[in-house]
Amino acid sequence: MLAYTMKRLMAGVITVWFIATATFVAMHMVPGDPLMNDKAVTAEIRKNLEIKYGLDKPVGEQYLIFMGNMLQGDFGISFTQQNRRVNDIIRDHFPVSATLGVLALFFATIGGVVWGALTAVYRNRLPDIIIMFMVILGISVPSFVFAALGQLLLVNINSALGFSLVPVAGWGTISHMLMPSLVLGLSTMALLTRLMRSSMLEVINEDYIKTAKAKGLSPLRIFFKHQLRNAILPVITILGPQIAAITTGGFVVELVFAIPGLGRYFVQAVQQLDYTVIMGTTVFFGAFLVLMVILVDILYGFIDPRVRLQ
Amino acid sequence: MATTLTAELTPELTPDFTAASHNLSVEQISRPSLSYWEDAWIRLKKNTRAIISLYIVIFLALFTLAGPLVWQVDPSLQDLNQISQAPSWPKTALLAAPYERWQPIILDDFPSEPDTFPDVIPAPDGLQTIGLATTQQIRLRWNPVVGAGGYSIYRNNHLPEGLNDLGLPLATTMGGNEISYEDRLNLEARKYYYSVVPTDGIDEGDKYVTLEVIPTIAITRAEATARGLISAASDLPEGASLTLHFHPFGTDYLGRDMLARLMEGARVSLFIGICAPFLFVLIGILYGGFAGYFGGQLDSTLMRFADFVVALPFLLFMILFKIAFGIGPGESGIIPMLIALVLLSWPGTARLVRGQVLQIRNNGYIDAARLLGAKNSYLVLRHILPNTMGVILVSLTFAVPGAIFTEAFLSFIGMGVAPPTPSWGSMCNEGVKTMLSHPHELIFPATFISVTVLAFNLLGDGLTEALDSRMRSR
Repeated sequence: MLAYTMKRLMAGVITVWFIATATFVAMHMVPGDPLMNDKAVTAEIRKNLEIKYGLDKPVGEQYLIFMGNMLQGDFGISFTQQNRRVNDIIRDHFPVSATLGVLALFFATIGGVVWGALTAVYRNRLPDIIIMFMVILGISVPSFVFAALGQLLLVNINSALGFSLVPVAGWGTISHMLMPSLVLGLSTMALLTRLMRSSMLEVINEDYIKTAKAKGLSPLRIFFKHQLRNAILPVITILGPQIAAITTGGFVVELVFAIPGLGRYFVQAVQQLDYTVIMGTTVFFGAFLVLMVILVDILYGFIDPRVRLQ
Repeated sequence: MATTLTAELTPELTPDFTAASHNLSVEQISRPSLSYWEDAWIRLKKNTRAIISLYIVIFLALFTLAGPLVWQVDPSLQDLNQISQAPSWPKTALLAAPYERWQPIILDDFPSEPDTFPDVIPAPDGLQTIGLATTQQIRLRWNPVVGAGGYSIYRNNHLPEGLNDLGLPLATTMGGNEISYEDRLNLEARKYYYSVVPTDGIDEGDKYVTLEVIPTIAITRAEATARGLISAASDLPEGASLTLHFHPFGTDYLGRDMLARLMEGARVSLFIGICAPFLFVLIGILYGGFAGYFGGQLDSTLMRFADFVVALPFLLFMILFKIAFGIGPGESGIIPMLIALVLLSWPGTARLVRGQVLQIRNNGYIDAARLLGAKNSYLVLRHILPNTMGVILVSLTFAVPGAIFTEAFLSFIGMGVAPPTPSWGSMCNEGVKTMLSHPHELIFPATFISVTVLAFNLLGDGLTEALDSRMRSR
C-alpha cells in the first residue's frame, strides 16, 4: 500500500516535471515575449526590464533558475500585473475555482448516480428514454451554450419575479454559485449517468444478486446494498479524469458568469504571454490534477477490496 | 456407393427399398455468407437513430460543400441596413427620393415665448407624422400648447413607462411655436416611440405625449446601386419598391448573412472536426500498433511517452502550439489549430490500438499463420489491422465531436480561428454578446454545433453496437 503510494507519487513528480519543462520550452518557442505587451519602450528601459525579470540570461539558465525557485515554492512575479506575486494570484483565485469545481462535481456525481440508477430501474420504459435523451443532449451541447442559456433563464426568471432571486453573474454568496456549478457539472453528469446505467445493468446479472434474491432479501435492500454499491465503483474511477475536464470547462463558465477564478487569469496570461503566470498556474494545475488522479486510485483500493494496489 | 456395394455382394437380391439420392440439399448453404462489414452494415441499418444521424451527417456535408453553390451570398458582405435582423421573409424597400432640406414648422400666430406660466403645462395633442415615415427620415408635428416655450423630443424602443423612461433625447425646440421635428438618426425598420414634452423655455414639464411609429425601409439610389440592387443606369422612379437581399437566417451584428456565414463556418468546424481525427487516429494506429506488436521494452518506453503527452494541460498547449506554429496576417489559423490538435490527441487512439493489438497478437490464428511462415508485414496487414478496424472506426466517430467541441471552445474564448473567418464557435462568441436582444445570433450556430455533435455521437453509438463483438453475441 505504502510502496504503491510512493511509486505513484514518484511517477507523479516526474510527470509534473515533464509538464513544467514542456510548458517552458513551448512557451519560449512562441515568438515575442511578455515585455512586448507594453507600449514601445526605449532600448535602455527594455534592457533594465530584462535584467529585472532575468530575461537577459540565456534560456537554459532561465530554466535552471525557474526550476530552483519552483522547488522552493516560488513562482516569481507577474509580468503584466505589476508587483503581484504568482503565488498570491494562485492563493487568491484558486479557492474560487476550486469551490466552483467541487460544487460542480458534487452536482454531477449526485445527479449521475441518481439518474443512472433510475434509468436502470426503468429500463426501456418512458423514464429511461426521457433521461437518456437528456443525457445525449447533455453530451452534445457545448458548455458555453449551457452557460449562456442558463444566464438567459436567470434573466427571465428575475425579470418575471421583479426582483433578483438568483444573481445572473458575479461571485460571493451561495446563490451566485448555483447556476455556474450546475452548468459546469452538466456534461459530467450526463457522462456519469450513462456510465452508471450500463454499470447497473451489468451488476444486475451477477450471481450475487440472484443469491440475494434467492435468500429472500427485500428488493430495496438488494437495490441499495448490493446493486447500487457495486455499480458505483466504475463511476469513482472516472472521477479522476473528470476533475481535469471540469477544471478546463471551468474557464468558459468563469468567463460567461464573470467569476474571479484562476481560469480567467490563465487565459489572460496565455494571451499576454505572461511567462511567470503561465508557468505558475500550469505547474499548479498539473500537480493538482496528478494528485487527484492518484488520490482517486488509492481511494478506489479502499472502496473495492478486490482491487489490489501494486 | 453403398447400394452398388450391396448389389455386388448379393447380386441375386433385389432391394426392397429405393436408394436415397445423394443430391440432398441439406449441406448446401442457403444464404450467402456475410463478411464482417456486411454484417455490421445490416446491424447498423436496423438502428434507426444511427441511420437518421447518418443522414444528418450527409446533409451537413452537402450543406458545407454544395450549400455555397446554391446560396451564393458573400459571407463577409456587410448589410448595414439590416443589422442583427431576426430570420424573416424577403423584405421590400422603397427607393427614396433624394433628400431635401425640410423647413421646420413655425407658427406665426402663436407666441414663441409663453405669455402665461401655468403650473402644469398640458401635453401637446395631435402628435403625428408628416409624409411617409421611412428609415431615411421621420417627420413629426404636433399642436402647440399654451404656456410652452419649447418642446423636447425623445425616442425610445419600448413604450415609455414614465418621465424617466422616455429614452434617447433627440432635441429641444426653442420656442413654443416651433412644433415639428425631423429625425434622421440611425433609423431601422422597427417600432419607435416618440415622446414630446413641452418646456417652459428652461425646464421640462411633467406631461408628455407618445406616438408609435414604424418606418418603412427606404434606401437611396446611390446605396441601392452600391449594393447591386439596381443598375447604375436604371431609371426606376422614386417611390418604387425594391426587393432587399434576403436573409433566411437573419443577419449578425454587422449585417452579414447568417446562412452564408453558417455555411462558411461549417467548412472550418467540419474541416477540423474530420481532418484532425483522421490524422491523429492514423498516427495513433501506427504508434500504438508498433508498440503493441513489438512489445517489451520498446512498448513500455513508447507508452510512457504517450502518457506524458496525455498529462500535458490540453488547453494551454493547444493555444501555445497554435501561436508557435504562427498565424501570419490575413491567415485564419486553421492549419496551426489542426496541427496542435493532432499533436495532442493521438495518445488516446495509440493506447486503444495497442491494447487491441496486444490482445489479438496472442490469438491462435496469429500463431498458426506464423507457423506457416507468414512475415510480420503480412501478419499486421492481413490479420491484426483488419481486426482492430472496428474499434478504430468507433473511436474515430467519437473523436469527431471531440474535435468540433475543441474548435468551438477555443474560438469561443477568442483563441480559435482569427476573424473575419467565421467558425461556429466564433459565431457563438459573437452571438453571446447580444444574446438578450438578438438571440438568433447565438441559437443558430449553437444548434448547428449541437446537432452535429449529437449526430456523430449517435452514429458512434450505433457503430459500437454494430461492430463490437461482445455486443454481437448478445
